[in-house]
Amino acid sequence: MKILVITELRQGKWNNTSFETLVAAQQIAAATSSTVSALMIGKGVAALAEELAGKNVAEVLLVEHDLLEAYTPDGYCAALSQVVSSSKPDLVLFPHTYQVRDFAPKLAAMLGKGMIGDCVGYRNESGKLVFVRQMFQGKTAADVTFQGAAPWFASFQSGAFRSDLLAAHPSGKAPVNKVAVTLNAEQIRTRPLELFKEAKSAVDLTQAPLIVAIGRGIKAPENIPLAQALAKAIGGEIAASRPICDEGWLPMERQIGSSGQTVAPKLYLALGISGAIQHVVGMKGARTIVAVNKDANAPIFEIADYGVVGDIFEIMPALTEALEKAKSS
Amino acid sequence: MNIIVCIKQVPAKDAPLAIAGNWIKESDIGFEMNEPDSFALEEALRLKEKHGGEVIALSMGPERVKQTIKEALAKGADRAIHIADDNFAQLDPLGSARALAAAIQKEKVDLVLTGLQSDDHGFGQTGVLIAGLLNLPHATIIMQIEVADGRMRLKRELEAGWFQHIECPLPAVLSIQSGINKVRYATLKGIMAAKKKEIATIARESLGVSAEVTQKIEKIYVPTKTKKTEYLTGTPKEVAAKLVEKLKFEARVI
Repeated sequence: MKILVITELRQGKWNNTSFETLVAAQQIAAATSSTVSALMIGKGVAALAEELAGKNVAEVLLVEHDLLEAYTPDGYCAALSQVVSSSKPDLVLFPHTYQVRDFAPKLAAMLGKGMIGDCVGYRNESGKLVFVRQMFQGKTAADVTFQGAAPWFASFQSGAFRSDLLAAHPSGKAPVNKVAVTLNAEQIRTRPLELFKEAKSAVDLTQAPLIVAIGRGIKAPENIPLAQALAKAIGGEIAASRPICDEGWLPMERQIGSSGQTVAPKLYLALGISGAIQHVVGMKGARTIVAVNKDANAPIFEIADYGVVGDIFEIMPALTEALEKAKSS
Repeated sequence: MNIIVCIKQVPAKDAPLAIAGNWIKESDIGFEMNEPDSFALEEALRLKEKHGGEVIALSMGPERVKQTIKEALAKGADRAIHIADDNFAQLDPLGSARALAAAIQKEKVDLVLTGLQSDDHGFGQTGVLIAGLLNLPHATIIMQIEVADGRMRLKRELEAGWFQHIECPLPAVLSIQSGINKVRYATLKGIMAAKKKEIATIARESLGVSAEVTQKIEKIYVPTKTKKTEYLTGTPKEVAAKLVEKLKFEARVI
């Protein structure tokens, strides 16, 4: 089998999920006697393609064009459909990034194929690949298989594989092969403009050693002071899952998850957070995770070191008091 | 501006899920409008209020889906299309998108909106696939829409706190990010008005699109735990004392 990994940059630098996906490809290749190629797309990215060639891959495909300097779904789909048609991979793997969500399903559809997106793992069942992804916001896992002929398209969630396991090329360097693509400006219908960040964050949650995070379970903005009192007692920062920030109950800069901050504190105390994957990808690297939730089946408990099945409105004040007491004793 | 909003009905957030093969047992649980789609509907209603036109709610699934369609009509959609399909849960993303695209093609629309992803399957592909199938430009994870002179200026969310403005011509397909707006509630007047609004039902088979799947969910199951969780029990006071003890002396994080 021929596996092709589409790598991605973020503002000119490697998006680490690219390397994680390359690790997934190397592992699948080892299990199925396959070869791995990596693809670099953009403009003026030859040096990065050379860097990719130092990894354990059979070849690096370099796709450069003036019209690929800035990402557009039309440009990427037009270019990559040509590459997939000419290089004929069996399996095309992507990191599951916002950019990939934006174009990869369409790329697959252009070739009459489907894509299994947001996978967290795979199994090789006597030559048949089974992809594992989450459903019902992480409450269940699903085994998914491709139907019909290759090429098959799949993406892996950030953190699903460890990028430090990326194997270097055994004999130095793989060849970098340029692939010419034909694009014209009329094909690209959207016009990307400037990248920007909202007003500078006053708080850098990535540097906070202790985080107290609230989710839907907090129910109303009037209840947030209970969590803030707890955060103060523990000496930590307050944070939240997306719905809380969407409601405007806490500022966006306090949001943890795929669209907010990714944190790895010493302690992450999750209060009334169910543990949807979009939140979990932002905090699963925490050293110690405590989850308090009234639903014993909440997926947050799957990654918690300590779990309390109970009412956060009872636990929050009790814990604040116990922390105060511990401090004064 | 004529807008179609794709709306999925999904199991209610707090519904206890009983797994049955590669789907769930649908009897005994409640269903609701997929929350990400409610933001897309709200955005469509706001665009209509500003620019005029019509909002059409489009939903696919068994008869139960009508409940969610009625909610969309009560909130202000002008009419609705129901693609009837009892086996809807077995479609793959491409199969769903093919049916939705075929229904959209029968209408004259300027804009198609979808939510970011569904809370059940969570494929997050529908909008992008519809755009591909209808050969329309698209953009995803949209946080703001401004329309002027037949074009849109969009604010797209990227990862890690970054955003980007993009220009996009009409007609187009947009996937809306949750939180883009504050979703309205249906008023009593809206609920009454909805009773007179049209729901056109089409059987999915009559759309003439392929039902061949490109991927298949073999089974779903409760994920195996990767971490051993120590559960603390007792009265809130006891639990709090135990937790402080654990965090101090076992995990050594406070």
